[in-house]
Amino acid sequence: MKKPASNQGMQGLRSEKEKYSIFSLARNSLTYHENWSQAWRSPEPKSEYDTIIIGAGGHGLATAYYLASQHGMRNIAVVDKGWLGGGNTGRNTTIIRSNYMWDESAGIYEHSLKLWEKLSQELNFNTMFSQRGVLTLAHTEHELKEMNRRVEAIRLNGIDSDVLNPNQIKKLVPIIDINPRLRYPVMGGFIQRRGGTARHDAVAWGYARAADSLGVDIIQNCEATGFIIEKGTVKGIQTAKGPIRAKKVGCVVSGHAGVLANLAGFRLPIDSRPLQALVSEPIKPILDTVIMSNSVHMYVSQSDKGEMVFGAGVDSYNSYAQRGSLNIIEGMLAAAVELFPVFSRLRMLRSWGGVVDTCPDASPIISKTPIDNLYFNCGWGTGGFKATPGSGHVFADLIAKDEPNLISAPFSLNRFISGYLIDEHGAAGVAH
Amino acid sequence: MLYIECPWCGFRDDEEFHYGGEAHIQRPTDPNELNDEEFSEYLYLKSNPKGVILERWLHSRGCRRWFNVLRNTVTNEITEIYPIDTLPNSKEGTEYYGQNWRRKSSVEKTIKPREYK
Repeated sequence: MKKPASNQGMQGLRSEKEKYSIFSLARNSLTYHENWSQAWRSPEPKSEYDTIIIGAGGHGLATAYYLASQHGMRNIAVVDKGWLGGGNTGRNTTIIRSNYMWDESAGIYEHSLKLWEKLSQELNFNTMFSQRGVLTLAHTEHELKEMNRRVEAIRLNGIDSDVLNPNQIKKLVPIIDINPRLRYPVMGGFIQRRGGTARHDAVAWGYARAADSLGVDIIQNCEATGFIIEKGTVKGIQTAKGPIRAKKVGCVVSGHAGVLANLAGFRLPIDSRPLQALVSEPIKPILDTVIMSNSVHMYVSQSDKGEMVFGAGVDSYNSYAQRGSLNIIEGMLAAAVELFPVFSRLRMLRSWGGVVDTCPDASPIISKTPIDNLYFNCGWGTGGFKATPGSGHVFADLIAKDEPNLISAPFSLNRFISGYLIDEHGAAGVAH
Repeated sequence: MLYIECPWCGFRDDEEFHYGGEAHIQRPTDPNELNDEEFSEYLYLKSNPKGVILERWLHSRGCRRWFNVLRNTVTNEITEIYPIDTLPNSKEGTEYYGQNWRRKSSVEKTIKPREYK
């Protein structure tokens, strides 16, 4: 393996990026893992690019990667105000599923799930994608009936989904309490066995490394502070490192989408809200699937390190502070302890918050905007992680062709004028 | 956790309150006067500012009365609380109200803005 000449501007490494494999692992172990090559460069911005993506989270990096790999573009920059994967990509509870009711949602989330299934191979980066199943619980008679109806709709779209009774759930998850005398008893549930989790950081790092090897410049610590707009067409962006011109600009900034839209002179139907999550101390393997409950608002899975990963709810008020109210966490933990009494002595290690971009219909916006050649991908709200590959894939297609494809067309901004909303509050507005 | 001073009940945790979203959104008196785009502006578009916001809160688990709040969405600091049918008094509240895009929106252009006390 060649050692890089310096840490900066390793242009020469572009085409000869080391392939990760069992052999490279063995080879590097001989030198105490001190000679791994840099996964991506830290270049200074050029004065002009064909396309700039604002936001180096999972969705933004995926967009850049697919623009390069699928559409043959090479002159691309991804700018971020912080470090890559440092926003909601690094803050979510990593749940992946595609069991959405409406056809439009099924289209994009299933497209995404299919990309997840091949992602580690494609990126040559272990995203630790684990199809351990996602089980959603029903706690009332009505919820169970609605769940049966939803499962049939999901199956019609060719997505795997099965209804389970309490005994089947107990067999799958031995630590759950199915006592019918609970305040919110487990009356049944439905499972998507192809759903699961992935390592959130690895997704950002994998896309960053793959995009970088295709020549994409990832420019961190470079906040976008405005747009260069001439005669209704975007011509570039203003950044903390000076103006950068571009033919096309894609904006994938989740919670701050509204701020950037205001800078471009239009408004979005988006409210930015705090969403919290927390992890416990690591314990031995105890839960090998993902459990979600909409009624009592709790979702939990166990990470490979052994931590129980809990997701709490979204606060009711707008905020850009990356923290939320404690009562939201208290409510979620009360539900978790009632369903899993064994958690009562578990200590929590960390809790944190992120700023999510919630849409009135709980569906994303992947759209052209009133400014020509400026595109927005936002509004994923509380559940964008699962869509990372699919979102990047269709957004890259939109940017390259300036036309939405069949999957992204229903998610245009225009739906708020036509009234053709994709109301996913039942599936997407609550639990993830 | 927000600690909000209800004008009638005093300081309480935000758990007791219900969020009413952005304040001072002018309701179209005759929606038929508006085209789809203008109505969408009223119905869906948000200010969602990073910084000062004027918003409504309801003390739903207390006196069940509405009031307006001036809050900073970055620091969560509440700097003014004023009655529901009035405009803010503080300098930053007045400034934000005047500069808000809704003052120039189609809804407020086509109809007579509401008169506050």
